Amino acid sequence: MKTTSLLVAAGVCLAGAALAGPPAPSDVVYEDGAVAMSLTGVPGDPENGRSIMNKGAGNCIACHEVTALADLPFHGEIGPMLDGAADRWTEAELRGIVANAKVMFPESMMPSFYRTDGYIRPGDAYTGKAAPTPLEPLLTAQEIEDVVAFLMTLKEE
Amino acid sequence: MKKAYAPGLGTATALAAVLALTGPALGDPDDDALVINGETEIITEAPAPEHMEYIDTIYSGWRFRTDETQALELDDFDNPAMLAVDAAIDMFGTVEGAAGESCASCHDDPESFAGLAAHMPKVDEDGKLVVMEDLINECRTDRMQADEWKWNSLDMQSMVALIGLQSRGMPVDVAIDGPAAPYWEQGKEMYYTRYGKLELSCANCHEDNWGNMIRADHLSQGQITGFPVYRLKQATLISRHNRFKGCIRDTQAETFKEGSDEFRALELYVASRGNGLSVETPAVRQ
Ligand code: HEC
Ligand code: HEC
Repeated sequence: MKTTSLLVAAGVCLAGAALAGPPAPSDVVYEDGAVAMSLTGVPGDPENGRSIMNKGAGNCIACHEVTALADLPFHGEIGPMLDGAADRWTEAELRGIVANAKVMFPESMMPSFYRTDGYIRPGDAYTGKAAPTPLEPLLTAQEIEDVVAFLMTLKEE
Repeated sequence: MKKAYAPGLGTATALAAVLALTGPALGDPDDDALVINGETEIITEAPAPEHMEYIDTIYSGWRFRTDETQALELDDFDNPAMLAVDAAIDMFGTVEGAAGESCASCHDDPESFAGLAAHMPKVDEDGKLVVMEDLINECRTDRMQADEWKWNSLDMQSMVALIGLQSRGMPVDVAIDGPAAPYWEQGKEMYYTRYGKLELSCANCHEDNWGNMIRADHLSQGQITGFPVYRLKQATLISRHNRFKGCIRDTQAETFKEGSDEFRALELYVASRGNGLSVETPAVRQ
């Protein structure tokens, strides 16, 4: 286990990022709701981002409509439609919104996908049971990068 | 209390307007009227009770369901919950327990309960908030000396449905003042608490976003006037507390238990948001 994370960290260093592994959620630096630095230094995979938009811990289309995902059934109407999101927002802003939307939009209904503190009765996914401690964020740092990479493909102009 | 922030609403309305150009938008409750067996009129739309700050008109969940689901409530012969109600009529007259009594030994006829469900939950003489399941189990254990029924058991929910049915059509009118006030405040507090890792409150979904789709579900106002409801998905009668538990579980939270004091308080508060709608028990939902 330890060896693997060391290897990953080494890989990150080789990739040129000045990170020794992803920052803990509480260490992420927000500027006006945006997060300038990649959480992992590893480029996001838009294909994986696409599938996170649909299911599991992401399930973004529960609340958002996205034309590029029209092959998937049932898009929600809670949040804004995401077509053209990359025209409206920079990559840093999208990273900030996905990691913790409540910094950009105070009290937003949108969940915070890279945060581990401040929850009331946090549960273990959808079991109804208490979450094991320490809490895991809803998405991993790399999953955040993957979703951001997918969002960056949503251009209309 | 502060209004839960609802930025999605304006956008969703704009979205609905766009959808309206391309096809029928789901959105608002439909205009159908509910008359059961051609005689019992159900009030499915009413002015919101004064204590509600952010909603003007309250609607039964029935108004948000598809025509096919709605149709199952129009005639008791088509309502799948009625099998359970029939079974409860039999249980009503069946002697059980060491005291050698049935419900009928003390209450003669289920009809003697007309009006009761419209005023539940209520505070009893000991100052404790009680719901229908509590009243039923108190008779079973104290008066019949029989085993208590489990909250979600079909026996229990069938009996809750039979007693509720006696008030069908009557406007809900639960008391929220006097000794009920502290319980009501507790329930209200819960209604606006953003539970779980998704940090969603009852109000986020059922007050700020009723009428909108969340994934495949058309959100209603989360009224409990139809409970226990027959849920087609589960093919059985569902208790109010079980529905609360399911909704809280879906926020990735540690839930409360059916029959917990927390859910009694929440039941009182949610029931009071339906003051003015008819008791619709037993309803049918998807
Ligand atoms: C429970 C509802 C909900 C979920 C789930 C959700 N969002 Fe949101 N999202 C919102 C709302 C509401 C807003 C509007 C911001 C506000 O609150 O003012 C928003 C805003 C956004 C925006 C800015 C929109 C724009 O075009 O201006 C982006 C981008 C976004 N969300 C992406 C995502 C992604 C990616 C996911 C999943 C990983 C996700 N959302 C999951 C509710 C949600
Ligand atoms: C993540 C969104 C969400 C949250 C949060 C939520 N619900 Fe629901 N609820 C739903 C959906 C979806 C349904 C099914 C569609 C409908 O009837 O609105 C539902 C249905 C219900 C129903 C059944 C209504 C009927 O007519 O059959 C009740 C009652 C209810 N919710 C109460 C609550 C209460 C109380 C809370 C808070 C403890 C809560 N809900 C929180 C999404 C939610």
